[in-house]
Amino acid sequence: MSPGSEYILDFIYLVATALFILSLKWLSSPTTARRGVFAGELGMLVAVVGTLLNRGIVDYRWIAIALVLGAIIGVPLGEVAMTKVPQRTALSHAFGALCVTLVGTAEYYIKAPDIPPFTMSVLSMEVILGSLTFTGSLMAAGKLQEILPQRPITYRGQNLVNLGLLGVAIAVAAVLVKDPGKTQLFPLILAIPLVFGVMMIIPIGGADMPTVISLLNSYAGLSAAAMGFVLESKLLIIAGALDGASGFILSVNMSKAMNRSFTNVLFGAFGQEQKALAAGEPAPPVRSATPEEAAAILAAASKVVIVPGYGMAVAQAQHRVRDLYDRLTHRGIDVKFGIHPVAGRMPGHMNVLLAEADIPYDKLVEMDAINGDLPQTDVALVIGANDVTNPAAREDPKSPIYGMPIIDVDKTRTVMVIKRSMAAGFAGIDNPLYYMDKTLMLFGDAKSFVGSLVSELGGGKG
Amino acid sequence: MTLDLTTSLYVFMLAAFIGFEVIRRVSPLLHTPLMSLTNALDAIAVVGAIILVGRYHEQGSQIAKILGTIAIVAATSNIVGGFLITDRMVRMFKASKPVKENKLAKKS
Repeated sequence: MSPGSEYILDFIYLVATALFILSLKWLSSPTTARRGVFAGELGMLVAVVGTLLNRGIVDYRWIAIALVLGAIIGVPLGEVAMTKVPQRTALSHAFGALCVTLVGTAEYYIKAPDIPPFTMSVLSMEVILGSLTFTGSLMAAGKLQEILPQRPITYRGQNLVNLGLLGVAIAVAAVLVKDPGKTQLFPLILAIPLVFGVMMIIPIGGADMPTVISLLNSYAGLSAAAMGFVLESKLLIIAGALDGASGFILSVNMSKAMNRSFTNVLFGAFGQEQKALAAGEPAPPVRSATPEEAAAILAAASKVVIVPGYGMAVAQAQHRVRDLYDRLTHRGIDVKFGIHPVAGRMPGHMNVLLAEADIPYDKLVEMDAINGDLPQTDVALVIGANDVTNPAAREDPKSPIYGMPIIDVDKTRTVMVIKRSMAAGFAGIDNPLYYMDKTLMLFGDAKSFVGSLVSELGGGKG
Repeated sequence: MTLDLTTSLYVFMLAAFIGFEVIRRVSPLLHTPLMSLTNALDAIAVVGAIILVGRYHEQGSQIAKILGTIAIVAATSNIVGGFLITDRMVRMFKASKPVKENKLAKKS
């Protein structure tokens, strides 16, 4: 290979790096986001084409087959329904981690035993992080797709077992760093983290998924950066660092929004203990309302805030919610949406669903901003959300979610909650909101109930 | 071009700082597309897999070919799927338009 072509390739990678950074920068606002995606695509294209043309590649057959096959698998993964985006994202973390792990493994067998200690340490890190992210993400995807049981499985000493596994893997890696020639040990730093990935996700319940997905995102990025160290590729180091940083920021955001400490997140020990409810006292009475009554209250309001949660996604109610939004705004009612950071199963999940239903994004308001508006709001309509509206998080120090920031729907004049039944929410925590005098329970399926609200509001101009 | 250890660490550190500053500014509205986009960008690892499969190796060339090919498939599916879905998502985000009022009036 001539030295000239090497410089050209380095230059191409430099351009790709700049495009990647611009891509993320332009994603900061919905108005420039498409440009951002385009920049990312262009950067990827020049980097891949440059690599194909310039490196000392002697055999193209397998590469061509693999690229075509990958594209064939990728297209349906790009076309999944918006409600399935969390599991698709988890699956793509698994694929990314798989790629990194396999390349790391191959690199080891090509280079062993002449591997310098630094290279061997980052290679171990690449393989350990990659394989635990691979099985962890597959588990997360399985839970989100409801192939696997969603209830968290916990047992005594779980964290000890998990940390122990990780400790053994790191110890084996240390031996390999000292003597990379011990090829018989290498499979251990693949196998142990693969088991660890499964064990790590077993105690995770659905409500913790936003944090877990963000964390796996971060791990996937860090393993790719480690791969960049091994392959001495600046482009890969940078892309991995960007992905790692993004996952890290989202994990911190999510853990703040659930009032979990950061170490809690780092060690993946987010499977909070499921406290059984003190089922002593009988539940106080609740007030319920029919669609007609609820529609009349909505029609008489001038400011309405809708608070969606995972229940809206499950019921696929977002398009009905859009119809409701149309009816209400048509009557001159100001309608906004209050979005809690952990509503749904991944960061930003609710925003994507509501945007899919054509609700303008300037009506989707973050928790802190909407909370200032709520005391002047006539009606808060909670659709399929529970813990994120639970005033116990603010008032009851004994509550397991005490300290978690919530959307203060209880400060509005009237609260309406669409809910299937009085069964406790996902985390099994009772919600005092339901027993307040200003609260009306609207029992039923989110989609059909919102549908009947829409037909009630359909006729006349109020 | 070979990279020495300190240069690699400098590159990583600076990229991490840039990542923090740039990504902190991403609106929470777009956190889902952010994740699918960074995922697609992360699949640049395909470059490493391509080199692994395409190059001549003195030892372990069989392993390199098999594992590398699977790695390319996995990364390419992330690139294609990731960019497709990110573009679909960001296209859905529209600001409210006053024009909509007329359209609605006709509907109801």
